[in-house]
Amino acid sequence: MQGIRICPHSWSSVKRIDAGMVGVMARGSLFWPLRMMTKKMDDRDANVEAPNLSARNVDASEFEKLEAEARSGAAELTTAEAVENFRLEWLGRKQGRLKLLSEAWLQRAPVEQKRLLGQRFNALKTVVEGLLDEAVARSRNTGWSDEALSHERLDVTLPGTRRRMGAEHPIARTMNELVTIFAGLGYSVGVGPEVETDFYNFESMNFPPGHPARDTQDTLVVAGQERRSQRDRLLLRTHTSPVQMRTMEQQAPPVRIVIPGKVHRNDAADATHSPVFHQVEGLCVDVGITFSDLKGTLDYAMKALFGSSVKTRFFPSFFPFTEPSADVQISCIFCAGKGCRKCKHSGWIELLGCGMVDPAVFAFAAEKQPDYDARKISGFAFGMGVERIAMMKYGVSDIGQFYAGDMRFLEQFA
Amino acid sequence: MKILTIWLRTLLPQLTVSDAQLGEDLTLRGIAVEGIHDLGAGNGSLFEMDITTNRVDAMNHYGVAREAATIYGLPLPTITVQMPALRPSVEPIPVRIEAEDACGRFTARVLRDVRIVPTGEVRGPMSEFAARMFTLLEQKPISNAVDASNFAWLAMGHPTHTFDLDRITGGIVVRRARKGERLKTLDGVERTLDPEDLIVADAEKPLALAGVMGGWQTMITPATTNVLVEAAWFDPMAVRRTARRHGLHTDASHRFERGADFNAAPLASEIVSAMLLENGGSVEGEMIDVRVATIEKRTACREPIALALSEVHRLLGKTVEPEGISATTVEAVLRGLGCELRRQPSSADSAQWQVTLPSWRLDVEREIDLIEEVARVYGYNQFANTLPAFVGSVKVRSEAEVEAAVSVKLRAAGLHQAIGSTFCSMDEAHLFEPQPGMAVELGNPLSAEAGMLRPSLMPGMLAMVAGNLHRDVADVRLFEMGTVFGGSPDRVEERTALALGLAGGDATEGVFAQRRDLDFFDLKGMVEQVVECFAARSFYFDQFAPEEKLTPEWLHPWRAARLTVDGMAAGWLGELHPRLAAERKLKKRVLVAEIYLHRLQEVPLRKPKSREISRYQPVRRDFSLLMPRRVNWAALDSALAELNIGEMTEWSAREVLTAGAGIPGESFALLLGATFQATDRTLREDELQEFAARIVAAAEKLGGRLRAESGNGLQ
Repeated sequence: MQGIRICPHSWSSVKRIDAGMVGVMARGSLFWPLRMMTKKMDDRDANVEAPNLSARNVDASEFEKLEAEARSGAAELTTAEAVENFRLEWLGRKQGRLKLLSEAWLQRAPVEQKRLLGQRFNALKTVVEGLLDEAVARSRNTGWSDEALSHERLDVTLPGTRRRMGAEHPIARTMNELVTIFAGLGYSVGVGPEVETDFYNFESMNFPPGHPARDTQDTLVVAGQERRSQRDRLLLRTHTSPVQMRTMEQQAPPVRIVIPGKVHRNDAADATHSPVFHQVEGLCVDVGITFSDLKGTLDYAMKALFGSSVKTRFFPSFFPFTEPSADVQISCIFCAGKGCRKCKHSGWIELLGCGMVDPAVFAFAAEKQPDYDARKISGFAFGMGVERIAMMKYGVSDIGQFYAGDMRFLEQFA
Repeated sequence: MKILTIWLRTLLPQLTVSDAQLGEDLTLRGIAVEGIHDLGAGNGSLFEMDITTNRVDAMNHYGVAREAATIYGLPLPTITVQMPALRPSVEPIPVRIEAEDACGRFTARVLRDVRIVPTGEVRGPMSEFAARMFTLLEQKPISNAVDASNFAWLAMGHPTHTFDLDRITGGIVVRRARKGERLKTLDGVERTLDPEDLIVADAEKPLALAGVMGGWQTMITPATTNVLVEAAWFDPMAVRRTARRHGLHTDASHRFERGADFNAAPLASEIVSAMLLENGGSVEGEMIDVRVATIEKRTACREPIALALSEVHRLLGKTVEPEGISATTVEAVLRGLGCELRRQPSSADSAQWQVTLPSWRLDVEREIDLIEEVARVYGYNQFANTLPAFVGSVKVRSEAEVEAAVSVKLRAAGLHQAIGSTFCSMDEAHLFEPQPGMAVELGNPLSAEAGMLRPSLMPGMLAMVAGNLHRDVADVRLFEMGTVFGGSPDRVEERTALALGLAGGDATEGVFAQRRDLDFFDLKGMVEQVVECFAARSFYFDQFAPEEKLTPEWLHPWRAARLTVDGMAAGWLGELHPRLAAERKLKKRVLVAEIYLHRLQEVPLRKPKSREISRYQPVRRDFSLLMPRRVNWAALDSALAELNIGEMTEWSAREVLTAGAGIPGESFALLLGATFQATDRTLREDELQEFAARIVAAAEKLGGRLRAESGNGLQ
């Protein structure tokens, strides 16, 4: 083949480009014009004219049409006589259609196209012979008995042909699962930028400048911020919490949002740490929101995520933006709380942080939305690491696998 | 931090629960015991603690004992120290606080004729107790002076420092350093001080970095006989700044940075002095105690704060026990923690108090902090699980719908979703940024290769594709949706982008399936399917001659296309430039696309809409055309669209051949297929003839022609 490929699927097919405009009506064959069709009816076994066509321009569809014609002819054969006529029509040694076809197309084809045409011709011949065998068997067995169909037997134990689906990334999948769970509790999704100001990432979340709690979140900063005021300095958000403030500034209470997102820290990578990771944060603010509501919400969410037999327990903890603050443990999903290596034999696995929104955070929100008055409303917030949950759920041992794009890793989630 | 239960039991003699129970009860109250190690008969257990940074007051034995006393409702004895009788002072050493904003209290005690001995030679009950505790804690003993400071630290968590008095000239002054002053600290480092550094100095020179580390020159040595014991209170921020500036982090700085106990200095000084004097020597004069009233007022003598039981209930909600949290519970918990409560006149269920706060709990300063203490000691798990009522609706973000639709399309095409690095190198940023000079640099990157915020998903995508090919994964089909960055240090813009990366074969596997390598048109088909998620009025792909300098450098100049959607440039796709592939040692052809998803997000998602399906028979016609090379398919396609034949329901290039007999140079053969169908009738032959004639005329107008009028072949 010498053609330059334009259409990707044409690499191995010879193009039909000679026929000009030709109508293809319901049963007519492009290459067997009406003239020949009539003749065929008159003198099927002996006197068929060679198709007067250029071989090199015959494409796959013409062979398909011939094949379709052979199939429909063979399907009607019930008597031995009809079967013999079919044989003569197609495979007659002197005037059979395949013989004529061979003379008309194959032998006259340019050298470079002979191989392909030959292959197609042979394929067609195999089909016609198969049809003949079938018809012989059928005429012998009168119809479609098991015996008659036996030559169509397949080895059904061969592998099925698969069109592989792509997989949702396990992190996206886990985030979507969490979003869906919280949507069921009335939470809409909130998002915010990955490059944040110091104000939203720290100050408004009650990490004052110089506060030691800032040390716990090693921050990646944008270059060239030295001349700006502290609160305007740009950094890569270290948690999804700034979206709490961005949402409250935009929306008066009540608020129920769940915030899935990517965050960054200046952490050296190891099996459980990555400078890039994901969090899902939640915020619920309304009149009369209590600590027991926080407990009930997270207990429900953990049961939805890990199964209804999972238990939760809450420990005092510390986050600048919540008060009281808690860490939440779930009963170990690997040993059902009996104690194993994964839970360090405690029966419990620490999974997320949460707490009641600190009044200082509401005070920042109230600068733009006065309804965030901590004496009237209350709320809770929670945050969890998506990688950790995904690692537990899917048995991933190295966090780096999430970001390597390794097909062998990803296809497991299809 | 390590805690000995045997030490706890000497501080809280009424403690009777087992070590294991104590560990669990402390943990559930936020004084987390991470590990419990049995130290053998009579030695109790060692607790490995993990205490949150706000609770520095509990990072010592007395602090943990106080928590235990509160949990079990036990009285906690105060620590008392037997000091030897003092010798009157001839001339008390002058102590002055110059930096009154940063040092709230400075106590100094003078000890004469002490003996500095190695730990093995100590005697006296305190020293021997300390030696035993140090052994159990595996704390390295050094000398009686250092050990005394460490003992006070472990016992009650207040940092102290001992100076060789004979090396101090004149008195003590706590002040900011002067420009150019130098100090060699205990770690042997000669430091140039900053005018912001808070120091302890004498009349002539700096002696110590206040609250961080002592100085070399006044260090206690075996030759020391006269000692000055410092126990002070330094401001958290001042200590933090000094420590940071010098890259130091010590036990003392850790405590001062988080707020030390203003009232602890005298006791800490007593413990250190008494222990040191067990080996000889005497106290000279009263302890000198200089205090700054403003700091005392905001630490040790804070105004009482109001607490209402109703607020406790409003914020904490339902408890498992029906009685819930009563006024009695509140009072027991807070008194146990060292608060003084004055009940205000009110009824039992609306109890209100004025609460005086303990000097060691600077983290407690508001009503909410007291409520947290109540909840914590009462036990978080004693609260019920309730769900708040909800009225309203869940809003769905259109961006999320777009991302879901695109993700489904690409996954159906066999692509896996991937997440690449947010960072790239400067070279990559410059190669792939859509607009020059807009890439954003990090101030403290993880490495030089990750010094920039990605301006494009391409660097990450290529790294992932290469990672697979280099691991002998032959077929790669990936996509990523993520944020890309651009702008300046003043303003960084974030946009959502979509990248596709393909190499090797398609997603079909099977015995009878034909394996085929993916090519440009597979990639284009995927992009088309993505674009078809949207209700765009129009979209097209175009190609630019290399001299136009429009095609990105990373794409093959002749196998690249720009996507335009509703008049907006919406991305690029094509084969990776062979030069880049070679640089990355990629032996396969790699296909990539970067789509500006944020632009597509301006177009609404296409909503499925059903239309009537005609009951009348469709007719397919093929046209074998010979077209000039200069005319591309898009030109013919739009010419056909302009014919406006409503009955032509579909048309497309079926096959293309660019060389062969009967195809003159500068031409190509095209098999055009079209389907005709009317919704209200069967099409007549004369109508079809007319349509066909118009189609041929359109092709001719572009310089094309029908190859033949009939079925007769061209020879």
